[in-house]
Amino acid sequence: MPDESWAVVVEGLVKDFPPVRAVDHLSFRVSAGEIFGLVGPDGAGKTTTMRVLAGVMAPDEGSAVVCGCDVVRDPEAVKQHISYMPQRFGLYEDLTVSENIRFYADLFGISRRQREQAAARLLAACGMSEFSGRLAGKLSGGMKQKLGLVCALIHTPRLLLLDEPTNGVDPLSRREFWAMLYELAAQGVTIVNSTAYLDEAERCHRVALMHRGRLLFCDQPQRLKQRLPGAVIAVVSPIAARLREELAHADGVHSVLLIGDALHLFVDDAARRIPQISRALDAKGLFYDEVVRITPTIEDLFVNAVTAQEPH
Amino acid sequence: MNWRRMLALARKESIQIRRDWRSLAVVLLMPVMLMTLMGYGIALDQTDVPLCVYDREGSQLSQDLLKSFVSNRYFSLKLDARDYRQLVTAVDGGVCTVGVVVPLYFSKLLNAGRPATVQAVIDATDNNTANLIIGYTQAVVARFSAAVQLDYQQRRGPALGAPSLGLQARTWFNEDLESRNFIVPGVVALVMAVIGTFLTSLTIAREWERGTMEQLVSTPVTAAEVIAGKLIPYFVIGMTDAATCAAISGWWFEVPFRGSVMTLFVSSAVFLIGVLLLGFLISALSRTQLAASQFALLTTFLPAFLLSGFAFPIDQMPIAVRAVTRIFPARYYVTILKAVFLKGTGIEPLFAPMLAMALFAAAVGVGAVRGFKKTLD
Repeated sequence: MPDESWAVVVEGLVKDFPPVRAVDHLSFRVSAGEIFGLVGPDGAGKTTTMRVLAGVMAPDEGSAVVCGCDVVRDPEAVKQHISYMPQRFGLYEDLTVSENIRFYADLFGISRRQREQAAARLLAACGMSEFSGRLAGKLSGGMKQKLGLVCALIHTPRLLLLDEPTNGVDPLSRREFWAMLYELAAQGVTIVNSTAYLDEAERCHRVALMHRGRLLFCDQPQRLKQRLPGAVIAVVSPIAARLREELAHADGVHSVLLIGDALHLFVDDAARRIPQISRALDAKGLFYDEVVRITPTIEDLFVNAVTAQEPH
Repeated sequence: MNWRRMLALARKESIQIRRDWRSLAVVLLMPVMLMTLMGYGIALDQTDVPLCVYDREGSQLSQDLLKSFVSNRYFSLKLDARDYRQLVTAVDGGVCTVGVVVPLYFSKLLNAGRPATVQAVIDATDNNTANLIIGYTQAVVARFSAAVQLDYQQRRGPALGAPSLGLQARTWFNEDLESRNFIVPGVVALVMAVIGTFLTSLTIAREWERGTMEQLVSTPVTAAEVIAGKLIPYFVIGMTDAATCAAISGWWFEVPFRGSVMTLFVSSAVFLIGVLLLGFLISALSRTQLAASQFALLTTFLPAFLLSGFAFPIDQMPIAVRAVTRIFPARYYVTILKAVFLKGTGIEPLFAPMLAMALFAAAVGVGAVRGFKKTLD
């Protein structure tokens, strides 16, 4: 019997695109009502995983049960319960906003009245009410994604699969987009979304970090950060890029990450290393604003995990 | 099969077709263009064959014979040669395709009731044309000969001569042996096969290329619904094209139409569904529009041209090739079109070719549904 408390159960998933193994023995579970993030750089295997979950790609090995349906054995059964938004805009650019909505509503057998109500509500929620007559191809990137979400939500799915939904979307639209996702999760819709933006991953309830088809960690963003061995200290400086060379091989520094005008140093012991690094920079007359201990971001965690896996 | 989903597809596809009015115009004008091109381009009749004559006798009778050559639309006099060499040069040089030589003593022999011989020199580089010209030449001479005989007998009183036995051939259905009447129905089949397959061969491949298919296949829609839904608007366009072809055949090329419009409609519909489904099969199997269009042309134009009995008579093909022609629906459609246009045959005698076309449509339809995969690889 499938366990109803899990919206997604993935076990030992493998997908090969010779010579590359896109997904390599991936296992994770998503509970109902959760916002789950598949996080990783391009080529990590996120899109392949999403496609398997959506029932549009058959894996080579392993199992995936989505909403109680085995998508490997019977990929069609799950399709009534899910909505999948592919990475590439999948709607018809030569159809208007409302024509696209009607098309997807008809495919899911939504009555005209239900459709009109839902469309009005969803379009209003994303500030697109006045664009219903516009061709989808004439919308901005952010509006296209929001239209994709409206079409995906026209039939109230149990699981929403979003493949890099905010890619190429401006920050304002992105915030609106996330507000809609939180609201959906509150209504009990499970959301699996993939992203290459690590800041976005922190908005998820739980994330799975993926790299080259493998799962690195899977936990709540906060808990993941606690897993980081040692601590992260930030060196803020207008010449941060130059300091990178100086500090990469300093005592107690595992790895260095340049983010904007700050260097994130992964160190064994923050209390001991902060004064040591400040002194070293002062001695060489290199300018910096401050050296402080910070709460690691998902990005820090990711880089640390990847460098730990691949020793130079 | 869920009707709502199928109709949603039909509706979506219709909107897309209407928005892309340039392609729509091309598709609606294509039969006009192809019909004109092929209706005129592929004429098997020879008219105004360039003629050279050399009258060695120069009598009233010999001139009468040469006049009867010139006085019809098959020959047109290009050269009245003064000697045999001039005639040979004209034929050799391609100035004239046929040279007619009237011998000395032509009228004397005939007036004496003895047979005379007229020589025809024909350029047979193109054997098909040469055969036609031989036929025309013989016909002119035969008619002239009959007139001479009649005249001779009238002058000599009631005939003692041998009773003559002649064949009175009546050519049914195409009384004037007008090759256009025979060709145009073939052109209609050819045009419909090419357009029908072309219309649908791009639709599925286009959705894969544009990325819209990935989202479509994540919905509960089935392969049969996608294909049936997309078929509907293209069927309407295809039938409009069929009507255009029929109208051009009847009014422009003046091919007699003796059958019923209903028979034409039903047979065209069955044929069209078959070729539209063939387009879907091709489209489902090839994920790029380029591959699909090339494959569509290869599988429709060549068989419809070579194996339908349009360009070459099927009865004269080797047995193996004859068996192959049975696969292609264009063969049956040509048969039906000729029957409907020229013979006025009703629907019952055409049951067998109709069934063959329906079987083709069913087989290709099943192939298209099976071939349409709801997964990416």
